[in-house]
Amino acid sequence: MNQASDRKWFWIGSALVLVALLVLPFLLKNYRVFQLNLVMVYAVAVLGLNILTGFNGQFSLGHGAFYAFGAYTAAILMDKFGVPYWATLPVAFVVCFVFGTLIGFPALRLAGHFLALATFALAVAVPQLLKYKGIEAWTGGVQGIVLSKPQPPFEFRLFDQALSPDRWLYFFTLFVTLVMFLLAWNLLRGRVGRALVAIRDHPIAATAMGINLPVFKTLTFGTSAGFTGLAGALGGIAVAYVSPDSFTANLSIFLLVGVVVGGLASIPGAIFGGLFIQFVPNIADEISKSAPAAIYGVLLIGLMYLMPGGVMGGVHRLWARLRARTEG
Amino acid sequence: MKLTSITLALASVAALAISGTAWAQKKYDPGASDKEILIGGISPYSGPASAYGAIGKAISAYFDKVNAEGGVNGRRIKFISVDDGYNPAKTVEQARKLVEQEEVLLLFQTLGTPPNSAIHKYMNDRKVPQLFVATGATKWGDPKNFPWTMGWQPNYQSEARNYAAHILDTKPNAKIAVLYQNDDYGKDYLKGFEDGLGDKAKTMIVAKATYEVTDPTVDSQIVSLKASGADTFFNITTPKFAAQAIKKAGEIGWKPTHYLNSVSNATGTVMLPAGVENSTGIISAFYIKDPTDPQFQKGKEWDDFVAFMKKYHPTGAMNDNFNVYGYTVGQTMVEVLKKAGDNLTRENIMKQAANLDMTLPMLLPGVNIKTGPDDFFPIEREQLATFNGKSWELFGKVYGR
Repeated sequence: MNQASDRKWFWIGSALVLVALLVLPFLLKNYRVFQLNLVMVYAVAVLGLNILTGFNGQFSLGHGAFYAFGAYTAAILMDKFGVPYWATLPVAFVVCFVFGTLIGFPALRLAGHFLALATFALAVAVPQLLKYKGIEAWTGGVQGIVLSKPQPPFEFRLFDQALSPDRWLYFFTLFVTLVMFLLAWNLLRGRVGRALVAIRDHPIAATAMGINLPVFKTLTFGTSAGFTGLAGALGGIAVAYVSPDSFTANLSIFLLVGVVVGGLASIPGAIFGGLFIQFVPNIADEISKSAPAAIYGVLLIGLMYLMPGGVMGGVHRLWARLRARTEG
Repeated sequence: MKLTSITLALASVAALAISGTAWAQKKYDPGASDKEILIGGISPYSGPASAYGAIGKAISAYFDKVNAEGGVNGRRIKFISVDDGYNPAKTVEQARKLVEQEEVLLLFQTLGTPPNSAIHKYMNDRKVPQLFVATGATKWGDPKNFPWTMGWQPNYQSEARNYAAHILDTKPNAKIAVLYQNDDYGKDYLKGFEDGLGDKAKTMIVAKATYEVTDPTVDSQIVSLKASGADTFFNITTPKFAAQAIKKAGEIGWKPTHYLNSVSNATGTVMLPAGVENSTGIISAFYIKDPTDPQFQKGKEWDDFVAFMKKYHPTGAMNDNFNVYGYTVGQTMVEVLKKAGDNLTRENIMKQAANLDMTLPMLLPGVNIKTGPDDFFPIEREQLATFNGKSWELFGKVYGR
């Protein structure tokens, strides 16, 4: 009985959220719509890293590199080959999947902290590699690549607001984000998800149960890199500019912060991770010009103190307490 | 003419008198009103380049001073300065916030070549001024293709032309070796240098060597440049490599006339670590007064600067070049706003910015700010100085247009 009413409320809630998401961009200024766009981009990137770190227990401090590869893949395809923006996303996914699998293979021998360090080396190296002279004709070197914003394919008005390029891109990103979250949900709730968690919690027991450890671990790395790379492509299209300085090692760390803040091994948590990555630096900057990084640190510590399991952990705890009260 | 506060006051009275006749035709674009002028700024207050954040703070302090003294033509300046952490993706977001959300009249002193590149197209598409950007790349002075963007400090090419002019004056038969970083910055300097030497560039430059930012050292390049038999050396390197090059040249006993680009002429981070015995005698170019040079620590101009720092920017270091920079570029902005009078449209701001001819108190004597409809390079004059083992000693005439 309780289960059924829970489910009913879940569907009603989801429908309301979807309607709100569809109407929202017409109530906000273009600049805010652009920010929401980036939130979704970061959410997908965080989701990718969460598959690896949250579900499979492999640490990566180098996912900013995959984000960069995805962004550059999209930018080069659009700029040099005239490929339409939407067609660059699957390519970015595949490129990063292959690359991630290649990285994931040697990573099999590196456990825990060592893997974190190896991937961090990748994150540190990428901005410099992107400046390399030999590929400057493609990457534009230090100057990067300036892109044109995708134009909406049709005209449309709501609440007297036109469907601007930002709003069009919002709907495009929203669609892609929903698809990616559904994919992740499908992948993780069943056999594969259970296998990943088993590997995380007890690799020896997992092997004993017939899980092929090397295959699962490398493919997880690849899938995770693919998700983050696709997010990078979306981000590059939204910002309409890519350059080596956009993808410093900090980005990798921010993504990991997003995973932890949202909640390890939580799919909806990735959304809160995206919100955190996008908005908290802005809040910190508004509080203090002298030490925005310090304010950021304080906010992060405060949040971790209040919600040690991330935002989703906190939500679950609150929910459990409410349920206990209504039932009791 | 020296621009003292008296002449400034006279000028503003004159401007008021002139604009008084045209009060009926006040014109405003977003960000300007009878009471206020909104200006946006983007600085790296966090991240790898946060040392440059000092400039944004000095500018804010200078606008506080202007406001405390009555503002510009009766309007307060509201300077909204935000952080991009030197990340171009963030710069785009912040520029859009300032233009679309805060609705500023213009962006001022956005810092760094990559961040400014990221918003170059956006600002020009939206026709919002991107004024006096804080980078030396030559591409900011392209009024034909980017009429809404303008630099401020001497660009790399004009600085290199000044060294070329000095070589032609003093050593017309020099055999020159050039070391440059293999990217836009290095090539920008080299182009200016070759343009400056003109027809003689081909015969005078006897050797060129390059390095990558990722190289560990430039030792082998220095050895091969010495082997070319050059007696003059133009050193186009960023601080770490500059120190290495100076040191290596000293170690292998190469003593050319050594020109060092201004990117790396900091005493503390380059000249002293390279070894005083190696760095003494090197020549570089300057355009603002060094606050640690005793010859500038007197007179009304210095007193005004000190009074400003004490009253409005007490946390800033008096000996920090960035504060002189922020103070002086702030004065340039205020001058443009003054000249714009009551016609505070974005178009008129660019028109006035492209119509400057003045000196400012903390610019070196003889260095001026001059622009025109086809000249978007405000400062092009510089004076050369030699390093005497402790500090830079200015000498000779002021070079540049």
